[in-house]
Amino acid sequence: MSSLWPRIEPLLARVEKPARYIGMERGAQTPVHRPQNVSWLLVYPDTYEIGLPNQGLQILYEILNERVDAAAERAYAPWIDLEVELRARGLPLFSVDTHRAAADFDVIAFNLSAELVFTNVLNLVDLAGVPVRNEDRNATHPIVLAGGHCAFNPEPLAGYVDAFVIGEGEEVVGEITEVVGAWPRAGRVDREALLHELATIPGVYVPAMYDVDYDGAFIREVRPRYADVPERVDKRTVADLGEWPYPKNQLVPLVEVVHDRLNVEVFRGCTRGCRFCQAGMITRPVRERPEEQVRTMVREGLRRTGYDEVALTSLSTADFSGIDRVVADLVTDQEGTGGVSLSLPSLRVDAFTVGLASEIQKVRRTGLTFAPEAGTWRMRQVINKLITEDDLYAAVDAAYSQGWRRVKLYFLTGLPTEVDEDTIGIADLAKHVVDIGKQYSKQASCTVSVGGFVPKPHTPFQWFGQNGVQELRRKIGLLRDATKGTRAQVKWHDAQATYAEGIASRGDRRIGRVIERVWRAGGMFQEWSEHFDLARWLDAMAAEGLDPDWYVTRHRHHDEILPWDHITAGLHKDFLWNDWQASLQAHGLPDCRWTPCYDCGVCTDYALEHVVASPVAPAGGSQGTGQDLSAGGSAPVRFLGRVGTGS
Amino acid sequence: MKGGALFPVRLRYTKRGKVRWISHRDVARAFERALRIEQLPLAFTEGFSPRPKVSFGLALPTGYESDAEYLDLELVSEVDLDTLPAAISDALPSGIDVIGASALDERAPALMDVVTSTEWVVTVVASDGSPLARGALTSTVDDALQMPVLDTTRHRKGREVVEDVRPVISRIDVHRDVEGNDTSCTMELRTQPRSAKPGDVLAAIASATAISGGLAEAGVLRTHQWIERDGARLEPHCADTRPRVLVARDLNKGTPDVRRDHDTGTLAGVAHAAGGTGPEQGN
Repeated sequence: MSSLWPRIEPLLARVEKPARYIGMERGAQTPVHRPQNVSWLLVYPDTYEIGLPNQGLQILYEILNERVDAAAERAYAPWIDLEVELRARGLPLFSVDTHRAAADFDVIAFNLSAELVFTNVLNLVDLAGVPVRNEDRNATHPIVLAGGHCAFNPEPLAGYVDAFVIGEGEEVVGEITEVVGAWPRAGRVDREALLHELATIPGVYVPAMYDVDYDGAFIREVRPRYADVPERVDKRTVADLGEWPYPKNQLVPLVEVVHDRLNVEVFRGCTRGCRFCQAGMITRPVRERPEEQVRTMVREGLRRTGYDEVALTSLSTADFSGIDRVVADLVTDQEGTGGVSLSLPSLRVDAFTVGLASEIQKVRRTGLTFAPEAGTWRMRQVINKLITEDDLYAAVDAAYSQGWRRVKLYFLTGLPTEVDEDTIGIADLAKHVVDIGKQYSKQASCTVSVGGFVPKPHTPFQWFGQNGVQELRRKIGLLRDATKGTRAQVKWHDAQATYAEGIASRGDRRIGRVIERVWRAGGMFQEWSEHFDLARWLDAMAAEGLDPDWYVTRHRHHDEILPWDHITAGLHKDFLWNDWQASLQAHGLPDCRWTPCYDCGVCTDYALEHVVASPVAPAGGSQGTGQDLSAGGSAPVRFLGRVGTGS
Repeated sequence: MKGGALFPVRLRYTKRGKVRWISHRDVARAFERALRIEQLPLAFTEGFSPRPKVSFGLALPTGYESDAEYLDLELVSEVDLDTLPAAISDALPSGIDVIGASALDERAPALMDVVTSTEWVVTVVASDGSPLARGALTSTVDDALQMPVLDTTRHRKGREVVEDVRPVISRIDVHRDVEGNDTSCTMELRTQPRSAKPGDVLAAIASATAISGGLAEAGVLRTHQWIERDGARLEPHCADTRPRVLVARDLNKGTPDVRRDHDTGTLAGVAHAAGGTGPEQGN
């Protein structure tokens, strides 16, 4: 239980960025470890700079430390230089708060926000001194837990992680604490009994409690091993975000990290229904934070952290009902204080958004980013990102005319039904955007960022056969040729990494051994291009006798049991299938907040409702509805009269 | 300094313990946030991206500790310099403590330009981390200081550069523990026209004298920065600062700790850091 600091500190002079390992952030908790407390090590399986800002991890860190029966610390993946030093001396993974050994904790909980971190998860369990495969662990070992978006297909890690949390963790971490806390008192001998009990907590999936039968390459059946273990694990959802104003003490790191600013989450969920977007599908329904709470969290957060930037985060921040009022108030609040800047990531594409942006950014208008995602209207109907060319050009015109010089556009390629005309369409849009810019400035430029599409579980595209490496490269080549000699600059994501992500994202239990082989072959930090090598993945697939194309580029059938069918985000499989069929017909589906319910299943099955602060669509919010509802119209949602308008 | 009257202030601070692993740039960012948290009446630069007017002294290499770091900042109105150190320290990471604040002359030259030397206490061990033999460091340092040139190889912008650190060394005093073993030394190193890190000086001495077992730093603490002017040596909190009457409280004990600067006749608002060597006046 003692601190490893005296043994770790002498190593820090030899490694890059030693401050990654010291903790000491403003907002860091002082965990009190008592024998009767359940101790949690919350691990982000990538570098400190990537992991520290993760809001999910910070929220659970606070909630657990507020409990009298729990204590939580944090750890991040040590960079390769420190890991070599640690392993050379037999030192384990440690927490950054009090530098305790990872294996001294009762629970080691991983945040899974991307599939390519899976090999790091195995590596960190191993570095902790805990057996990598869950079947090799005994009563002396910590429980290895995982949560986050990638837990919605837990099967690739089913042989490695003891239990997964599906959905939002605010409430369930307390329930897990109680079960784990009762375990030592029961003699701490029967690990199976503990796992069995964890499996009865709603939202907790324990893979060892389920048997999977195959029929050739296909799954025949996934069967719970006990009568009290649910056949399907439903996600957890916090009904009212207003009851969870976390993080209350956002961590302020001493070194620069990504998203290095105050982050205030304004809502969860998204009902725009973009068919490629797993986050939008699995976090339904929309739950807005009360406007007044947003103001308070911003005001107090800035005071406490000393940050001079705040971001209002969500999947589509311009859709927040009170966005224009909140922005106006924040801008007024901050006048004359030496400049606090406000950023709104994930903005939708329209002139209203640019209006908001210009309200915020009075000076230094350099770059503005939009995500039309696809190059033609037909393609955007397929993916249900219902932005018209007029929407985009109006937004871009507004941006350039108000002084922005650089516009960045995000696109996906390798989408269902995509033909070369759609790919070239990206170039056409970009060229037109540059032309608009030239009317306002000689320096106007446009960057096009293209990612290869990876179909994700629990989305309408979960049946779609992903484009292979050659096909994605061909399309990127087409796009580069089509933009040659223009002021549109194309950047793209490595098609090989996209392919490996495809293996992991829709993998089944058999992919676990592939991940283990990739890790054992040295494949860590797979999100980092300098450490990624597709050959390791293909070799591992071959060694396991698995066909990578069967997992990646194959279209799935209607009747096929998908590896994650026993996990649910509340979306009916029929709804997803019908939406998939509609997409193939290029039928768009407007935002369900402002149109009749499509019965996706989430609200009805979970007795939840969209929680919004206003009964009408947000100002200027025509996008995704096909009609301007901002002047009125009724919303098929429960309207919480939180802003004094009554319901 | 345009605009209305400004109130420049010089702060002395420490960097002790775990926090020594953050970089100079990180320290600067921590101060910027602390100054905002304490809502000090900061003066800002003009232009599109206004920054608070804060200027730091010589960078302390990452991993080294210090009791003598300095920064100058400009305020638009006067603040109570007695309570300022504790207030800012509250908002800083533990180990970085502001231990003194003095009102600065409006036309004070930049810290970077006026500091002429820095003083360090370096704990020295053999390359493998074992203690040095009795008298080993004393004789090695004596030999080295007789040499006209002390070359060391440094990595600069991805290239290896050979530099002579002999001109940088002002003095080196070796210290022994109660059993007579050489354990550490005090180094005073010039900063003008260029400086060297204590670690580079140690490496140069080890390589020039070919001492068996080599030399390595096991802990480095900056104890002073000196401004040599008109034959006197001043710590920066005594140089270019305005006379004022003040009693600085010892931050840790809460007892008065008045120190008279014999050179300038002013009282410097400086208190001890926990475990640190107290500030001293140069003579």
